[in-house]
Amino acid sequence: MLTALFHIVIFPGLLFLGVYALFFAFLDRKLYARLQNRVGPPWFQPFADFCKLIGKETIIPEGADRRVFVSLPVFALAAVTAAFIYVPVWSITHPLYSFEGDLIVVLYLLTIPTLCFFLGGWYSTSLYATIGAVRALTQLFSYEVPLFMALLAPAILAGTWSIAGISAYYAAHPLYILINIPAFVVAMVACQGKLERVPFDLPEAETEIVSGTFVEYSGRLLAIFKMAIDCELVVVAALISAIFLPFYAANPCLGFLLFVVKTLIILVLLCLFRASMARVRIEQMVMFCWKILTPLAIIQIIVNLLVRGSLA
Amino acid sequence: MSGDSKRITIPIGPQHPALKEPGCFTITLEGEKVVNAVVGVGYNHRGLEKACEARTYIQDLYIIERVCGICSHTHSTAFCQGVEELAGVEISPRAKFIRVIMAELERLHSHLLWLGVAAHEIGFDTLFMYSWRDRELVLDMLAMLGGNRVNYGINTLGGVRRDITPEMKQLIHKTLNAVEEQNKYYIDLALHETTLAARLSGIGKLSHEDALKYGAVGPVARASLVDDDIRVAEPYAAYDQIPVKVVTDGHCDVFGRAVVRVLEIMESIAMIRFALDNMPDGDLAVKFPRKIPAGEVFSRTEAPRGEDTHYIRSNGTDKPDRVRVRAASEANWHGMQHMLEGDYLADVPIIIAAIDPCYSCTDRAFVLKDLDRGRERVWDWQSLKRYSIDWYKERGFDASKIKLAERRI
Repeated sequence: MLTALFHIVIFPGLLFLGVYALFFAFLDRKLYARLQNRVGPPWFQPFADFCKLIGKETIIPEGADRRVFVSLPVFALAAVTAAFIYVPVWSITHPLYSFEGDLIVVLYLLTIPTLCFFLGGWYSTSLYATIGAVRALTQLFSYEVPLFMALLAPAILAGTWSIAGISAYYAAHPLYILINIPAFVVAMVACQGKLERVPFDLPEAETEIVSGTFVEYSGRLLAIFKMAIDCELVVVAALISAIFLPFYAANPCLGFLLFVVKTLIILVLLCLFRASMARVRIEQMVMFCWKILTPLAIIQIIVNLLVRGSLA
Repeated sequence: MSGDSKRITIPIGPQHPALKEPGCFTITLEGEKVVNAVVGVGYNHRGLEKACEARTYIQDLYIIERVCGICSHTHSTAFCQGVEELAGVEISPRAKFIRVIMAELERLHSHLLWLGVAAHEIGFDTLFMYSWRDRELVLDMLAMLGGNRVNYGINTLGGVRRDITPEMKQLIHKTLNAVEEQNKYYIDLALHETTLAARLSGIGKLSHEDALKYGAVGPVARASLVDDDIRVAEPYAAYDQIPVKVVTDGHCDVFGRAVVRVLEIMESIAMIRFALDNMPDGDLAVKFPRKIPAGEVFSRTEAPRGEDTHYIRSNGTDKPDRVRVRAASEANWHGMQHMLEGDYLADVPIIIAAIDPCYSCTDRAFVLKDLDRGRERVWDWQSLKRYSIDWYKERGFDASKIKLAERRI
């Protein structure tokens, strides 16, 4: 009971995830700034921003449903934290919690924050927030399908639905990773939509709809929402690295270090995407996801099925 | 799909992150598509024209330079050459060349600024940071020549106030090389970057005929193949001695406007180089009379944003009788509604930004003539005062109760 509580609240649960997410947010911002020839923030900036937001007044719009409006940020953060429990952090042979099908559960839990953004925008009853909410939902329907398929393709080849199982399978057969490269590319591009980063940051789009879904959120609630977004970045990076970069270390300490290195690689790639592109339009985004990413992911699944069949 | 229930009206402005100055665009949407757009400017009326009438020509120079923060030099050039024409004074060739060099440097910094703003509107912050970093090089040159980064104060009636020394010349040449190198990269980026082209192409359409119909000027017109440039059409200062190549483009959209601007930067660099190398010797400024003989003049310059016109009427005293400024943005606003309709909400900020709008340069107080009733109202100072008092009274502030010694209504 106590160990379970320790795992949920401290490591690798809420506290570790929060600290690591703030560290990630700093690295992301610093790297982004350096790529743009700026100095960038000091290391404690995301933490300072968080503390400052916590101390600010929280304003709830008159037309909004108070209970829903307040509970959504917490709900989003809780879902992200719950998803992180199932992603192997220090070991793939002795994962903390793992069962057949946890990949589906993690993907499901990662959809909840996006739905929370949508509902948050919708319940704000502001024009900008409503448009942002509609965009968030439209976006959800376009990136979710290729992202799911890209993550399921390696699972088909590995013949297991547990993240730790997939990692262990590819750690045993490292050459099979190369087959999954198209799926990796699809997952990297599609997760930009999930994380709402440039070029798919349409729900926020500061210069178009101010800050979209979050326009009415302030103070503590906004801080929790921001924290959920930062944590989501870590969880997605960890998930992608567990499935596509399953390098293996028996020693838990070494395994943890490897986890940090792998997630950092994903972060650098995501940051490069963000720095080198402009924001696309919503219809361009939907078109791109359905016409390019989805067929690519389907081909990957077919290829993986064929490879699996020939192996058996 | 149509029907009023599906439509929502969304205000962009007066306060909005996409707008650098206050202006209100009432956008009616059907889904994400713009079906109607109403352009509302007029939040920043400063009464500069009226202020000019109460001051001497020399004092007006300082006001006119502050009409616009970006194209300040072009306004003061237009004003100066108008007053010089009224006074019958011919300025020295060297002063004309220095005016041209400043004007082209101003165009450089304005176009680089636009590139950054446009990139920011479409979420491409990396280009925004890069172009503004390079703009600093140009601003440093301007600060060296004029002493200030934006309001250079180099023009004076009868010439210019500061000379360009050989050392400055060398430094400008060196800096221009760096700017040119960077700009080649931007041209490549503007023409070949996929997301940039995808975002800019086909939006804010203004066909050749529409550009003529709405009287578009500057890069907006030139991107619709309108070969319109005051530097060529009516050469002022030293533009008759410097080869000017007018850049036009046939895309007729925001992409074309971006292409015109980045290519114009190259042309400006070539012109500054030519002007520096062929600058004649001579005085900076000639003696200028305090009182200007009665008359009226219409002076035109090519601002970075398009044609800038100044109308000045003198009455024989040392103060102008009337000064009328028409900044380039004022001409470009007319086509805005046409450009916005039929595009997506996501494109509204970039379409607005594509004309490089200057809100406060544009704001004037005016009264519309009622065509239906055939009634025309002439407003004098007294009735304007009464109107403003009534206007505030309706909104709960009664100014008529305030007793002021000067109030004589």
